[in-house]
Amino acid sequence: MGDAGRDGAGAFDDARMEMAMGLLLRLGVLLAATVVMAGGAMYLADHAGSRVNYDKFVPHPITVRHPTELAQSDATAVLDLGILLLIATPIARVAFAVVAFARERDRLYVAISATVLAVLLWGMLRGG
Amino acid sequence: MPLLTFASLVFAGSFLAGLLGAMTGLGGGVVLIPLLTLGFHVDMRYAIGASLISVIATSSGAAAAYVREGYSNVRIGMFLEVATTFGAVLGAFLATRAPTRALAVIFGVVLLYSAWLSRSQHEHATERVANPWSDRLRMSGEYPDGHGGQIAYKVDRIRAGFATMFGAGVLSGLLGIGSGAVKVLAMDKVMRIPFKVSTTTSNFMIGVTAAASAGIYLARGYVDVGLAFPVLLGVLAGSLLGAKALARARVPLLRTIFAVVIAALGVEMIVNGWLGRV
Repeated sequence: MGDAGRDGAGAFDDARMEMAMGLLLRLGVLLAATVVMAGGAMYLADHAGSRVNYDKFVPHPITVRHPTELAQSDATAVLDLGILLLIATPIARVAFAVVAFARERDRLYVAISATVLAVLLWGMLRGG
Repeated sequence: MPLLTFASLVFAGSFLAGLLGAMTGLGGGVVLIPLLTLGFHVDMRYAIGASLISVIATSSGAAAAYVREGYSNVRIGMFLEVATTFGAVLGAFLATRAPTRALAVIFGVVLLYSAWLSRSQHEHATERVANPWSDRLRMSGEYPDGHGGQIAYKVDRIRAGFATMFGAGVLSGLLGIGSGAVKVLAMDKVMRIPFKVSTTTSNFMIGVTAAASAGIYLARGYVDVGLAFPVLLGVLAGSLLGAKALARARVPLLRTIFAVVIAALGVEMIVNGWLGRV
């Protein structure tokens, strides 16, 4: 006969995992938002007088620059970084879940969360 | 128009969208795209890119609050995220191939549907379900009943829920929205998961779904940082304030107003898309 629910230890670990993931998410968003604010301020300063027109679509893929270049580079690079950090936040959350499930020795959910992680990474790396 | 003016106006508009979205629980994303395309004459693709980015931010920021209360179920979320992420990647690829007019019309239909769905979301008594797969896949759980105890629940109709989540993912990737309403629908109505668990788990999932399609959008140049940054900061600020103001707000009235607004926007999007003015 099966025990319908999880035992106490499993449920407790899940709760801790969720809280840690929540914290990770908030820190990630905070970091990304800070970088975006800095980049935004730089952007406004750099392009202060210019006119904007977004009704024509011209593709400009976002690229990553090396961190040491950032100090000399323009606002766009900083903003690119901020946005990448933002997207990395939920991805980090899933990676964290893979590790947490592995520690709980839950092979089924290691496989499930690893699958999700693989789709996320594929989307990021092979986006083009 | 000059950059500073544009950025300030976009920030203000996004702030309002985020505020209303958080206070009504309907999400600011649905208002954002019509605001940018119809209001600011931004190309639909740039609007979708900016919206997607802000969806990731607000979802991740808000999710933390719900997690603390012990409602969301990480296993259900992770299991269903397999469906949503695959759907999101498909949706993003479809978006790059679809004409923007078609996207505008689809978007308008989704808006109308959201307005329809938002009209009364009350909790219904949880039926006792006895699906053995709920335990085999370890998705059964419990949540606080508000008096220090726990209420147990199980999950049902898993395949149908999975398929619906795939659809939610496609919509998210196609239109740059969070699809929270569809996710909650899949969990609450299809899989018979308690409402509060559904909404909190959905919040948790939205950011991951959006991140799946974000990579494709970035590579195709849908995200213009000059547009994205005031949108992102505005929505984030608005939703943080909205979450705080929630306790003191008259939510049912707000929701009605919001539903009417998004229904009107839905009609506008459909008309404009049809006439090619988008």
